[in-house]
Amino acid sequence: MKKVGNHTSFSRILFLCLTFVLTFSTGSFAQDVAKGKELFNANCAACHKLDANSTGPSLRGVIDRHSTDWLHKWIKDSSGLIKSGDAAAVKIFNEWNKVPMNSFPNLSDEDIDNIIAYTSEPKPEVKAPAPGTAQAGGGASSGVSEMVVLGGLIVVLAMLVVMLVLVRRVLNKVADRNNLTVNETKSLPIWKAFVKNQFLVITSVILLMLTGAYFAFGFMMQVGVDQNYEPIQPIHFSHKIHAGENGIDCKYCHSSARTSKTSGIPSLNVCMNCHKNITEFTGSADSTYVDYSKEFYTAEIQKIYDAVGWDPAKQAYTGKEKPVKWVRIHNLPDFVYFNHSQHVSVAGLECQTCHGPVESMEIMRQHSPLTMGWCIECHRETEVNVKDNEYYAKIHEELSKKYGVEKLTAAQLGGLECGKCHY
Amino acid sequence: MKSLYKIVALAAVSTLATSCFNKEKPNYQLFPNMYESVAYETYSESSAFKNGKEGQVPAQGSVPRGFTPEEYPNTPAGLAAARLNSKSPLDSITSGDLDKAKQLYTIYCAICHGDAGDGKGNLVKREKFLGVPSYAERELTEGGIYHVVTYGLNAMGSHKNQLTQTERWMVAAYVLKLKSEL
Repeated sequence: MKKVGNHTSFSRILFLCLTFVLTFSTGSFAQDVAKGKELFNANCAACHKLDANSTGPSLRGVIDRHSTDWLHKWIKDSSGLIKSGDAAAVKIFNEWNKVPMNSFPNLSDEDIDNIIAYTSEPKPEVKAPAPGTAQAGGGASSGVSEMVVLGGLIVVLAMLVVMLVLVRRVLNKVADRNNLTVNETKSLPIWKAFVKNQFLVITSVILLMLTGAYFAFGFMMQVGVDQNYEPIQPIHFSHKIHAGENGIDCKYCHSSARTSKTSGIPSLNVCMNCHKNITEFTGSADSTYVDYSKEFYTAEIQKIYDAVGWDPAKQAYTGKEKPVKWVRIHNLPDFVYFNHSQHVSVAGLECQTCHGPVESMEIMRQHSPLTMGWCIECHRETEVNVKDNEYYAKIHEELSKKYGVEKLTAAQLGGLECGKCHY
Repeated sequence: MKSLYKIVALAAVSTLATSCFNKEKPNYQLFPNMYESVAYETYSESSAFKNGKEGQVPAQGSVPRGFTPEEYPNTPAGLAAARLNSKSPLDSITSGDLDKAKQLYTIYCAICHGDAGDGKGNLVKREKFLGVPSYAERELTEGGIYHVVTYGLNAMGSHKNQLTQTERWMVAAYVLKLKSEL
């Protein structure tokens, strides 16, 4: 008994020691990598990625290419190492367009080891079903089920009609068998009775003409109005992701809306300001906006590279450019003058006032009718924001005296004059 | 039976008429020659030029009116020189100018560098861009900032087609103000 008891306590201690050592070692290892990730994201990620070349080379498995000692020296003082004539250092400097890497003397040896530990982590395996796509599938299936319900209803209705026809036929047959004649009193056909009643004829004609005029008017008024026009663009650009989720200001890309008549389709170099770095669509943990698969979006980013002639592997422009033929959505007739900068910079309007909730549009569409009535209505109602706006100070003072009002609308400033927009 | 055919025909015609609405196509116009410009419009295709585009690159070596060519080239040496020697031509930054500079900064810089310049803009928070430093961690001069905004540096792209020269100097002054407040 005693012996056995001793034995268990001994093995228990051994076990405890082992667990202690194990937890301690794994704990410290995990900490290394976590710390390394933090340091990597803060210091290295501006120029380096783990799995792709960026401004500098990709860093996953960098320990297989260089010794720890060399990496320490290089990170702390890269230009010094190059000057000292180290062969590997000079080679890298020349390979990467002779752009020197920032030196990080503030990183301790332990920090650098942590970073190396992070870069030595194996590449995480791609999860097969992304949560986003699963959601998208769910959305699609609900659409399908609606169609199924509708189809079912149509089938049921058709069956009812067929059954009625069949019942009638059966009843007729029964009547025939029993030599029953259905009593059909000869009365005036309904249309003849209708024609005889002059009052009914006149009212129905008037009614018909009124409804006709109503629909004709509606039809005429929509000619040339492209509200809800939603063309397919050569590159699927999602305003929802860029302006909505990422919160990029409209004017970051459409910068000429501030200064020019045209709001400007951003040139591809504006795309490349970010997409030189963002090469694939990753979505985000809280993303509920994914209507398409990640592969789809990544392929769309690739289209930018094809158009602008960017080689992501070599991190260089090839010079082979293919202009993107964007489809223009908002298009005023040739006889109207409209100036973006007047509305954006001077009046200080939000883009959404006319373009609608663009930040929630996966596919861009024309929100407003862009008719003259629509322009005029806004000019009549909008009170000009003159506060801190020197541009309006004098005219506001004079006109508010003339009209005897405190706040002027755009119309009172001359926003209804024909020649302002048509000349 | 005849009336049934008529009903079916009516339904078919009305479906045909309504199904013609296609949101991917623009609506028809009453007088297209009043709507469509005869002259080429912004970004339109045009046979007037060899490459078929209205938007043309200025002739090589041409300088726009009122534009001063950049003094320092887009090279690491140019950046080093600009950091040391390049000075803002703006005489004095009035408070109104700083307001405008703030607006410009919010549009063009804050999305990565953060409203306060701490390197925690929305794109960084969402891990689209990583390693954006806080202005407090970097040695900054207005000439250096101007150079970087003009040509870009590392992962940052050039912003010279979004901001004019004056606007870039205004932003540079605002960045220095942010740095002093960090």
